Amino acid sequence: MTLEVRISRRLPGFVLDVDFEVASGITVLFGPSGAGKTSVVNGVAGLSRPDEGRIVSNGRVLLDTKRGIQVAPHRRRIGYVFQEPRLFPHLSVRGNLRYGQRFAGRRGRPGDLDAITEVLGIGPLLDRRPGALSGGEKSRVALGRALLSSPDLILADEPLAALDAARKAEILPLFERLRDDLGVPVLYVSHSAEEVARLATTVVALSRGRVIAQGPALEILGNPSVTPVGPRAAGAVLEARVAAHHADGLTELDAGGLPLFVPGHAGKVGAQTRLRIAAHDVMLSLDPPERISALNVLPGRVETVTEAEGPGVLVRLETPAGPVLSYVTRRSASALGLKEGLGCHAIVKTVTL
Amino acid sequence: MTWLGPEEWEAVALSLKVSLWATVVSLPLGILTAYALARWRFPGRQILNGLVHLPLILPPVVTGYLLLLTFGTQGPLGGPLQEIGIVFAFRWTGAALAAGIMAFPLMVRAIRLSIEAVDPRLEAAATTLGAARPMVFLTVTLPLILPGVLAGAVLAFAKAMGEFGATITFVSNIPGETRTLSTAIYAFLQIPGGDSSALRLVVVSIVIAMGALMLAEWLSVRVARRVSGR
Repeated sequence: MTLEVRISRRLPGFVLDVDFEVASGITVLFGPSGAGKTSVVNGVAGLSRPDEGRIVSNGRVLLDTKRGIQVAPHRRRIGYVFQEPRLFPHLSVRGNLRYGQRFAGRRGRPGDLDAITEVLGIGPLLDRRPGALSGGEKSRVALGRALLSSPDLILADEPLAALDAARKAEILPLFERLRDDLGVPVLYVSHSAEEVARLATTVVALSRGRVIAQGPALEILGNPSVTPVGPRAAGAVLEARVAAHHADGLTELDAGGLPLFVPGHAGKVGAQTRLRIAAHDVMLSLDPPERISALNVLPGRVETVTEAEGPGVLVRLETPAGPVLSYVTRRSASALGLKEGLGCHAIVKTVTL
Repeated sequence: MTWLGPEEWEAVALSLKVSLWATVVSLPLGILTAYALARWRFPGRQILNGLVHLPLILPPVVTGYLLLLTFGTQGPLGGPLQEIGIVFAFRWTGAALAAGIMAFPLMVRAIRLSIEAVDPRLEAAATTLGAARPMVFLTVTLPLILPGVLAGAVLAFAKAMGEFGATITFVSNIPGETRTLSTAIYAFLQIPGGDSSALRLVVVSIVIAMGALMLAEWLSVRVARRVSGR
């Protein structure tokens, strides 16, 4: 399954001109508000018409302005999870879930409703009205409804933006399951670096209507010159394995042979996990730090020093665990004489899984 | 019916028939017009809006006279229609046409308001789930506006029951054919000793009008509740 998107469209203030591909897994369209992300997904869904472009889903041409092809939105087989749930108020939860299923006809499998209700944990809600659901419940029903229309691809436009932190924590794992178990490719729009770190297989970074970088998530997030939402929100992502659980409540991870400690019980021993180290949570020290409270210190070597907006620079370190980004002031950078090849230590204040 | 005399009852029954037909036939057109005015942007939209509301503002006698000119047996539409056996002038069908046109603005207003209360984003969501345009209308828009449509129909029915000016101008006041409730009251008032009949019909009018208004009010409360999904 692939989706090729090439869209250009004149928008108020700038021109949207993007060209990217979506393969299996979750592709995150990552960029700040106003970068044109929603215009891209609306174009893919057929809800808005680009001035020019070509969209091909799994070999099916959905749009080709040169050849005058424009498939109607209801024939595109593209599920859309909107920022707000958009449930039909006059139908029960069951009615909402079945809505897309009946148009899917033969492509839908009869057992799907039970399986998806089970995965999303919405079985007890089936006979309720949307007005009687909480925000998190509505989001889950909206996701289920899109899945049950048996789409070739799911578009998700910041589906967590309107939810509080607890609800986000409840919905995020569902997208992970979607990626890992259900095999439906997802084009996910987000301006949150945490969501990208957690979900993305591939990242397409968007800024002012243009794709500034695209590639595997770890590569893009570790690249100090790609900071679509600003250097403060930058942060590298490492892959690690859960090594042990300690009696004092810490979990030990093994990242490329280096031990890292995170609070809490994080997954089974042996499980692979991703962890994100925000650039502003990393201090640099030229000498091995002694007698400090931070648990995680990664030895490394400066790979690049990149000028960032504001008073800071982004330093990329190569460590045995993988690349780590650090956001330090320009003054500190010159005081330490940070330059390519210099050995130093990254002192990590917080690691998020 | 003992309370109402045969002549009076005839007028009430005819009015019910005329109003029912006027409402039922104009309803699909009313929904289409309301939808077009609420959702489509097309040249001439303001002109359509004006035309729909014209019967509300014009003196009814003018509307009746225009109908007579158009649908009279010599009229540009009346003539050809007569050839295929459809006659409006001086028939109860003409009374229904007049009543339908006079009630149309009220019907369209009520339906249009309920369409404007439907979030277009719900309709967009339905298309991404595989529903074609007409299907979106039938499965999302129409169920959500149904109470508003019923309210519009009830209002139109009540208005049609009371129609006088356009009716008497277009189809006259023929007992048993075009003598509706209102024209009957008028006729009874013209003859000595007719006021008791007129009064009874007045009571019938008030009851029907009040009943219709209350029903319309109750239905419009339901629109709001339905659109909020509780």
